[in-house]
Amino acid sequence: MQGEPREGRIVVVGASLAGLRAAEALRDAGFVGSLTLIGEEPQPPYDRPPLSKQVLLGKVSADRTGLPQRRRVDAQWRLGVRAIGLDPIGKEVLLADGEKVPFDRLLIATGTRARPWPKPAEATLDGVFTLRTGEDAGRLAERLDAGPERVLVIGAGFTGSEIASACRERGLAVTVAERGPAPLVGALGGTLGALAAKLQRAHGVDLRCGVTVTELEGDGRLTGARFSDGSRIDADVAVVALGAVRNTEWLAESGLAAGPRGVTCDAGCRAFDMYGIVTDDVFAAGDVARFPHPLFEYQLLSLEHWGNAVAQAEVAAHNMVNPGPRRRPHLTVPAFWSSQFGLNIKSVGVPTFSDQVVIAQGSLKDARLVAVYGYRGRVTAAVSVNQAKALEYYERLIETAAPFPPAPGAADRIESPVPVPSDVPDPKTLSHGPTVALTGHLPDRRLTLVQPAR
Amino acid sequence: MAADTLFHRITDYAHRADPYPFYAELREAGVARQEDGSYLVGTYHEIEALLHDPRISSDRRNRTVPDETAAAEQGLPPAFIGLDDPEHHRLRRLTMRSFGPPHTPDRIAGMHDEITRIVKDLLAGFVDKERIDVVDDFAYPLPVTVICRLLGVPIEDEPRFRAWSDAIVAGIDPTPGEDPTERPRAAAEARKEMGLYLGELAEKRRAHPSDDMLSAFVSDSADGQLTPLEIMTTSVLLLIAGHETTVNLITNGVLTLLRHPDELARLRGEPALMPRAVEELLRYEPPVQMLPQRTPLADIEVAGVTVPKGAPLILMLASGNRDPRRFCDPDRFDPTREDNQHLGFGSGIHNCFGAPLARLEAQIALHELIQHLDTPRLVEDPPPYRRSPVLRGPRHLLLAPGRDDAQRGR
Repeated sequence: MQGEPREGRIVVVGASLAGLRAAEALRDAGFVGSLTLIGEEPQPPYDRPPLSKQVLLGKVSADRTGLPQRRRVDAQWRLGVRAIGLDPIGKEVLLADGEKVPFDRLLIATGTRARPWPKPAEATLDGVFTLRTGEDAGRLAERLDAGPERVLVIGAGFTGSEIASACRERGLAVTVAERGPAPLVGALGGTLGALAAKLQRAHGVDLRCGVTVTELEGDGRLTGARFSDGSRIDADVAVVALGAVRNTEWLAESGLAAGPRGVTCDAGCRAFDMYGIVTDDVFAAGDVARFPHPLFEYQLLSLEHWGNAVAQAEVAAHNMVNPGPRRRPHLTVPAFWSSQFGLNIKSVGVPTFSDQVVIAQGSLKDARLVAVYGYRGRVTAAVSVNQAKALEYYERLIETAAPFPPAPGAADRIESPVPVPSDVPDPKTLSHGPTVALTGHLPDRRLTLVQPAR
Repeated sequence: MAADTLFHRITDYAHRADPYPFYAELREAGVARQEDGSYLVGTYHEIEALLHDPRISSDRRNRTVPDETAAAEQGLPPAFIGLDDPEHHRLRRLTMRSFGPPHTPDRIAGMHDEITRIVKDLLAGFVDKERIDVVDDFAYPLPVTVICRLLGVPIEDEPRFRAWSDAIVAGIDPTPGEDPTERPRAAAEARKEMGLYLGELAEKRRAHPSDDMLSAFVSDSADGQLTPLEIMTTSVLLLIAGHETTVNLITNGVLTLLRHPDELARLRGEPALMPRAVEELLRYEPPVQMLPQRTPLADIEVAGVTVPKGAPLILMLASGNRDPRRFCDPDRFDPTREDNQHLGFGSGIHNCFGAPLARLEAQIALHELIQHLDTPRLVEDPPPYRRSPVLRGPRHLLLAPGRDDAQRGR
């Protein structure tokens, strides 16, 4: 690090949630040097969670989800231009327009993009969408407004399920195709996956699990799809919800430990190089980062969570402008939420880091419950369905590595609190990517490595 | 010496004006077991954890030694404040349907103008008064009028339910040393009468519905219905909680602002600060000082002390709000305080149902009052307090409005 940590040039690549919050935190921490934010999309940072919910329902237009700026960041914004390379010796970021942006310290916050439909000819059919950007959401919402005959959602992870929910709320016919055994199973395991399947069907979704889409049919315009079980449907809209791809290709020649699973960094958000040596001037935060977490046996985690982007960005920013002994680790307990089919789902911890699960409060029957996940006898995650206020208690149990199953006495324990296998499937069997990837061996012995899907 | 226990000193009326030194003592002690087998907790993080702990019951019937309140209340079952999930959730959800989101998102925000009008009417009544009693002339009539409109209770009946309400509030006080059966019995009787009164009002709405909560309680709905008995217990809870707490919030607020004239002047000049100032009041002088009715359903460890199953567990919210391990410089009143996650409305599943209404009333009332009065002066400090150590606030708060001084100065 050259000179004073609060001076010099900081470049942030990625102008979405993590990039913006890091920039704000840098200024809050007293950084007075030059700050540059580079973003591929032309518009200022916006919020993504509403895109698969309120925007698809037509309650908010896609261009109205801008992120509030909590303070002036006094930065140079380079929007609408992509970073295409990093020169770690010359300390420059190379941009697609040929410009080189020099830095003293760099924050990589390039996030993820939607995984495209693998067959380009089919992916370009009119009526085939992905959903990641505001522009995606705007175009899809417009198409849903037009009242398609049937929407096919490919992949029943959180994004796919939320899209299906929005379509049903609009009264549209929906088919959901999922390669795994149930919706949401990749994030929540078998017990809640079964509940999600039941609910989707109760809401009129034509849910097909254990199948893949083999072909999107059409001649310029989508007309239908074929499945691996030999069946086919007519559909005029298909949304490809196969998870995300981490935006790390631009770092291929950088010498950093960057690949399909993200940019590997230490607990203080400092990126590793390809030899596992930590850098001291390159940091990573948000969906693109892959970091060790002590609560989950220091396995490297990649998270696609809103809250993680914020918390990690703040830690990265702090560490960028503070000397070694003052640096902080990013230890936040992972957490995310979803709303779909009238349910509010919230999760703390990492449900896939589990071998057993117990319904600690409420019941599957009422679709109001807290499921608590354990791994080798300690609590590692909890998921609430329509009972979010209960979750804070379990977060504390996760943080303190409390014994699993949790002690009896819960006020509203109805169903027998017997733990059952958590049935976390091998991510390879999912059509969508998991929103949490444990990039070592998963605790359930049937699991192996996360594969770069397809 | 029973009379010397910490809880006696906290609840002793002689210390009502300033219980905070005892709260500091309580925080030093960690978890304080009292001679009667109850446990006091006064530190922020422990209270916060217990408020979210599913092993902690709000239902007095889970106490090992059945207390007199529980025995006396057999006439009318507990309202949702005294129940655990899933019953608590069912009743709270059905009640929320006519009060807040998702079914009635605008109910409270939509009352902004009406609350402002009520406040201005009350302030208009100050004209020519040389002495204003903030309680009787302002802080009490406002929430009573508001909750009556909201529920659909005729304001003319105020004297009737005031007597019931006084008896019920006296019944929840854990003040030791008195006859332990008399007040709870009177409270139970008052609760029953108030319940019958409100139940009758609700029944009348069945034929003549209007835009109030009692009408909503008796209207048909797809996702469940309150029984007539549940309507009684719920409306008693709402009517009492809807005004016994807000009166103290407003009065404590006026008292605190008058004790901090610089902050008052600042708020007068920057009205946008008022919502944060109200949050700080909820931390600094919370109307609900303690939650006396929690009970562990299992032996639980709190800060190294095992609180046995079935023991009375008393959470001292006001003490947690001044915990220096949570709040920087906690005894300072700072209307611009950041990160103010106070316990003024509790937390967890029983988090105050009426919080949005209480906030709105206090914000409007304090804003209008300080704009209306030029140089108000406290006639008596500390003022005389109400009996209750649970719902703590001045019984009277006399002000010299300050207009006379101003006129003399001209």
